[in-house]
Amino acid sequence: MELLPEFEIRQPKTAEEAVALGAEADARYIGGGTDFVPNLRRGLETPSTVVDLSEVSEMQQIEETENGLKIGASVSLQQLISNELVIKQYALLAQAAETIAGTTHRQSATVGGNLCLDTRCQFYNQSEWWRKSNNYCLKYRGDICHVAPQGDICRAAYSGDLAPAMMVYGAKVELVSAAGKRVIDLKDMYQEDGANYLLLNPGELLVAVIIERLDGYNTEYRKVRVRGGVDFPLVGVAVAAKSNAGKLEDIRIALTGTNSRPVFVEGAEESFGKPVDEETIKALVKLVRVQSKPMRSTFTPGSYRSKVVVNVARRLINQLL
Amino acid sequence: MRQSSKSVHEVTVNGRRRESVVPPNMLLIDYLREELRLTGTKTGCDGGECGACTVLVDGKPMLSCITLVSKVNGKEVETVESLSENGRLSSLQRMFHEKLGTQCGFCTPGVIMASEALLRKNANPSDEEIRKALEGNLCRCTGYVKILESVKAVAEAGAAR
Ligand SMILES: Cc1cc2nc3c(=O)[nH]c(=O)nc-3n(C[C@H](O)[C@H](O)[C@H](O)COP(=O)(O)OP(=O)(O)OC[C@H]3O[C@@H](n4cnc5c(N)ncnc54)[C@H](O)[C@@H]3O)c2cc1C
Ligand code: SF4
Ligand code: FES
Ligand code: FES
Repeated sequence: MELLPEFEIRQPKTAEEAVALGAEADARYIGGGTDFVPNLRRGLETPSTVVDLSEVSEMQQIEETENGLKIGASVSLQQLISNELVIKQYALLAQAAETIAGTTHRQSATVGGNLCLDTRCQFYNQSEWWRKSNNYCLKYRGDICHVAPQGDICRAAYSGDLAPAMMVYGAKVELVSAAGKRVIDLKDMYQEDGANYLLLNPGELLVAVIIERLDGYNTEYRKVRVRGGVDFPLVGVAVAAKSNAGKLEDIRIALTGTNSRPVFVEGAEESFGKPVDEETIKALVKLVRVQSKPMRSTFTPGSYRSKVVVNVARRLINQLL
Repeated sequence: MRQSSKSVHEVTVNGRRRESVVPPNMLLIDYLREELRLTGTKTGCDGGECGACTVLVDGKPMLSCITLVSKVNGKEVETVESLSENGRLSSLQRMFHEKLGTQCGFCTPGVIMASEALLRKNANPSDEEIRKALEGNLCRCTGYVKILESVKAVAEAGAAR
């Protein structure tokens, strides 16, 4: 590991102060730092100022809203999985959060840090000398992608576990910058580009996530990984489904680990109102097959992850409907 | 190169309040080992993956190799050195010795601090709870069974603090 670069650290007490500091050139936010500090140590980050969000108490609350929850971006994963409301009414969210990293990481890792988690790749999450001897790559300092050399876009995998879970609860995010506040759908915070996966404006701060309660749905998050603990998902699939009198009323499917963004599977509404039968399930599984695009960015081949995501989704859909 | 400005950090380490002037890019592990010469805490992977560097911060386990020292400003840090009482091993440490929960010993300070955090919250954990609490602590020697038995032995003896 490298020595840390020189930077200043600031610990604002309010979101407003944080945004003012975050507006400086090359300023970076940190929550728990469990993703950022390892990247800093690998020479992947060179901030001028690190804005530590752990003292911003207004971002550490979980509040009940009329039809759901508002979760502050600095809520720790441990706080999230110990919250009574989350345990009782948002079981899929708690399930996903419990699989993230290890018990020790979850004490400091935050919701905001997880949603903004950097994309991962076997050619990127490496030491400086390793990357240098491979002439770096498109995502940082280089000019070709070792995963898809013909392409001009980075294919690193988005591997956060919370995003798909939040998406099935219809998550919106509250974003604040010097230019003001905006609220957008969580799925619109990401794009399919591993080097620029987040559609945040420079210095924009994720303040909170707003989710809605799902009444009468069956839900489950399933994560496939090499080790049973402390491991990123090869694929993660979140499904919330509701049927009535043998007919599909609603189904929400979201994926992680497969693309450079968490994928909210589009097009399921075409099957709403149809009988829950083989044909309907086939149509839903096809959406997953077409929209997931695992690449050679992890040690397990993309072709394997393609099969896994389709099979896991099929099993979950069958089980929950 | 840009120079980071040093500033005063007030940290209580193993019960003793310290005021140290350190740069903002200093990691907690380096502060403990290099500044305070508390070398009980080990660096294994050096990147948040193995748990060898686990210490307690306000009673919660944290990985000191990926924690900036400014994160613990005003807080209480406990390392493995804090456990023995008047030169005698704590019951948790003794059980690791007796039940062979430690072999080469490199992972042990981290495993013990993560176990200590668990036992303070839950004096009688199930096997599953022990496994979960220690999921982030890798050990190359024991095969984990002896670690589990050591923690269980403390709980069974009712000796957990
Ligand atoms: C060994 C190991 C295993 C791991 N396993 C998993 C896993 O299984 N699943 C998983 O999802 N993650 C995993 N992680 C990654 C990481 O621990 C988690 O994703 C964690 O939730 C990140 O949160 P954090 O607060 O520590 O993020 P930080 O490191 O603080 O931040 C991550 C990124 O988000 C940005 N950021 C943070 N907060 C905000 C905000 N409020 N607004 C805007 N930007 C922000 C930071 O600038 C940084 O780029 C693992 C990490 C390690 C070291
Ligand atoms: S996908 Fe390509 S550009 Fe992106 S990190 Fe991997 S090798 Fe680099
Ligand atoms: S040395 Fe800190 S987790 Fe390995
Ligand atoms: S006792 Fe040797 S690594 Fe655990």
